[in-house]
Amino acid sequence: MRYREALNQALREELEADERVFIMGEDIGVFQGAFKVTAGLLEEFGDKRVRDTPISENTIVGVGVGSAMAGLRPVVELMTINFALLALDQIVNHAAAIHYMFGGQAKVPLVVRMPQGGGHQLGPTHSHSLEAMFLHVPGLLVAVPSTAADAKGLLKAAIQDDNPVIFIEHEYLYGQRGEVPENGGPMRFGEAAVRREGSDVTVVGISRMAVTAERAAERLAHEHELEAEVIDPRTLRPLDLDTILESVKKTNRAVIVEEGWPHGGVGANLAALIQEQAFDYLDAPVARVTGADVPMPYSKPLEQAAFPHEEHVVQACLALFKDL
Amino acid sequence: MAREAAVSKEKSTGNGTADGAGAQHSLPDKDTCHAVLAKMMLIRRFEERAGEMYAKAKIGGFLHLCIGEEATIVGSTQAMRDTDYLLSTYREHGQAIARGTPPKTVMAELFGRVDGCSKGRGGSMHLFDMERRFLGGYGIVGGNLPLATGVALQCEYNGTEDAVVCMFGDGATNQGTFGESMNMAALWKLPVVFMVINNQFGMGTALERHSAVTDLSKKAEGYGVPGSRCDGMDVLDVHSATTEALRKAREDRQPQLLEAVTYRFRGHSMADPEEYRSKDEVEEWRRRDPIASFSKRLVDEEMFSEEDLEKLDQEAMATVDEAVQFADNSPFPDLDSLYDNLYVLGEQVRGWWSVDERSPEPHRGEREREAGRVPHELAEAGAAYAGVAEAQERKRRQRQADEEHGEGEGEHAADPRDVEGGGD
Ligand SMILES: Cc1ncc(C[n+]2csc(CCOP(=O)(O)OP(=O)(O)O)c2C)c(N)n1
Ligand SMILES: [Mg+2]
Repeated sequence: MRYREALNQALREELEADERVFIMGEDIGVFQGAFKVTAGLLEEFGDKRVRDTPISENTIVGVGVGSAMAGLRPVVELMTINFALLALDQIVNHAAAIHYMFGGQAKVPLVVRMPQGGGHQLGPTHSHSLEAMFLHVPGLLVAVPSTAADAKGLLKAAIQDDNPVIFIEHEYLYGQRGEVPENGGPMRFGEAAVRREGSDVTVVGISRMAVTAERAAERLAHEHELEAEVIDPRTLRPLDLDTILESVKKTNRAVIVEEGWPHGGVGANLAALIQEQAFDYLDAPVARVTGADVPMPYSKPLEQAAFPHEEHVVQACLALFKDL
Repeated sequence: MAREAAVSKEKSTGNGTADGAGAQHSLPDKDTCHAVLAKMMLIRRFEERAGEMYAKAKIGGFLHLCIGEEATIVGSTQAMRDTDYLLSTYREHGQAIARGTPPKTVMAELFGRVDGCSKGRGGSMHLFDMERRFLGGYGIVGGNLPLATGVALQCEYNGTEDAVVCMFGDGATNQGTFGESMNMAALWKLPVVFMVINNQFGMGTALERHSAVTDLSKKAEGYGVPGSRCDGMDVLDVHSATTEALRKAREDRQPQLLEAVTYRFRGHSMADPEEYRSKDEVEEWRRRDPIASFSKRLVDEEMFSEEDLEKLDQEAMATVDEAVQFADNSPFPDLDSLYDNLYVLGEQVRGWWSVDERSPEPHRGEREREAGRVPHELAEAGAAYAGVAEAQERKRRQRQADEEHGEGEGEHAADPRDVEGGGD
């Protein structure tokens, strides 16, 4: 099953299971979604449950927050993560703060779904990877599924959870196939997946970069006789730091791979956590492989040069063994 | 079908006549007619060719064509002074060309080449030409209204006679920036004409499904911005309405909202399967083709002969041929230029501007050229994937063209669902 179909299934099952669940977003109904994730849902559930909205990101999310406070369980789709920037006020000042700021009286069981990522030449307003921005905000849960199974299990969990969840999909991953367990229920947030076991270096891949990291690990094994352990955290908040630390304690080296920008990135954060918690185990500085520190350029060669590929991960891993 | 009724009702409330080329406006002089028609034809041919180049994967990302909207674009820009500013959306090739940006630098931008009008950084959705005061196409719906208001503030601040035209779609009137910009422009009496290009849809969502008020010319009245409406299929009606709106904005310091009622003949972007509208509806509007109807009038009134028209069209095609050739011959940007123009560099900026963590050796962003071998090689390693990606993309689009009615992403042309492994 493709990643987009897995998401579609999760939405369908949750819509079926709970009357309070409804979905809304731009062009998700008649148009079936910019990436066809919501295909068929309008027909099946009608326009009360599957709502096309005007182009008004901040207000769409705000309407989601309000309806969630009052007892509904909205799933809002934003076409691209860059458009979520228009809704940051509702996400940060409202969704994330309300449960805390009102002393726990109100809950905001809202899911905001959006894809991110480069590689399709969508230029500097449509292709960024901004999970770090949401990770920064206390009060939000952040999911970054990289497989079809995780997409389905985590989306179901997100919808059933009482916290606001930022659910970050990836444009490249929509078409990827993967096994999805029959009748699989919700997965737990805060459980990393070890995609590949290895004893030489720990490679943590975020979102699509979990896939890139796995490919790099295969090359490291075949071409360099290095066994990398690849970890996909799957959710950034809550974070399964234990699994990462355990691995680092075994391999003594860590490389974090993300598509987003280096300053204040997921890798910057993880590197700090690893060195705080496992400094004595490290044989080399924690390394990061990130997107280039520029707005994503349109031109194809520039764009490809601006986000990490296997080659970059391989080089970063090799560099950790240079001085031995 | 209810939709079509709504559309035709709206047509008849416009200033312009619903059918035929603005019978209520007499033709301007021959030179003006020539210029107007030549521009509309050039834009049409440019867009058609851009579509073809997209199918050949010479152009990536999203490609939004303005075919059907030429009269709106040319009629309005023709009413502007050279010193006026224009801001537009991602559907802006026509606007750039109408303001005088050479088609070859527009095509080169679409190709992602270094001679493009944004040096290959922006692509189709982000054209720019400072020299001609075309202050950009913007990919964020509603993002350009505050900018236009700011540009108008500059005009007012410096006491110039310049004015600003800001173009956006019917869908953009639902963004918060719409109301907020209207209020500030009216409050501060800024010389700006907000032009809403009502092509009946925001992506796949029809006007009456996205806006409670469908007479968009009324949508800013409550903010103190008076509105008017013109027939966006009639270049003369658009011209006269824009002239008047600009006069009020410039001389009376009264911002205006001008609605041009038009239609996009093509999908929202290249891979839009257009399941949200009927072929009949499209056909209906195509019968009011702004170029054909203006041409017909020029011939009917014996200002132009059929041969004149043919010649103009030939010229347009020759210009577009040249543009494609120029774009094809222009190189891709140098990989070492990745960090160029990230900052305005000056002595006052110290320290590290950027780090490039793709390489094991951190270095100083803009100084990438001096950063030594490793980062450069890694950039090349990344860029090498462009070849792989391109071949895949070409195959995919070919398949899609073969299927003719192949499903597409609409918004998302580069359909990731078909990319099986490899070339991430
Ligand atoms: C903030 C934001 N939200 C959503 C989109 C995706 N999107 C691109 S164009 C478009 C429709 C815009 O419709 P309209 O304003 O009528 O302009 P048109 O495309 O018809 O010219 C949408 C939803 C976007 N680019 N920016
Ligand atoms: Mg529109």
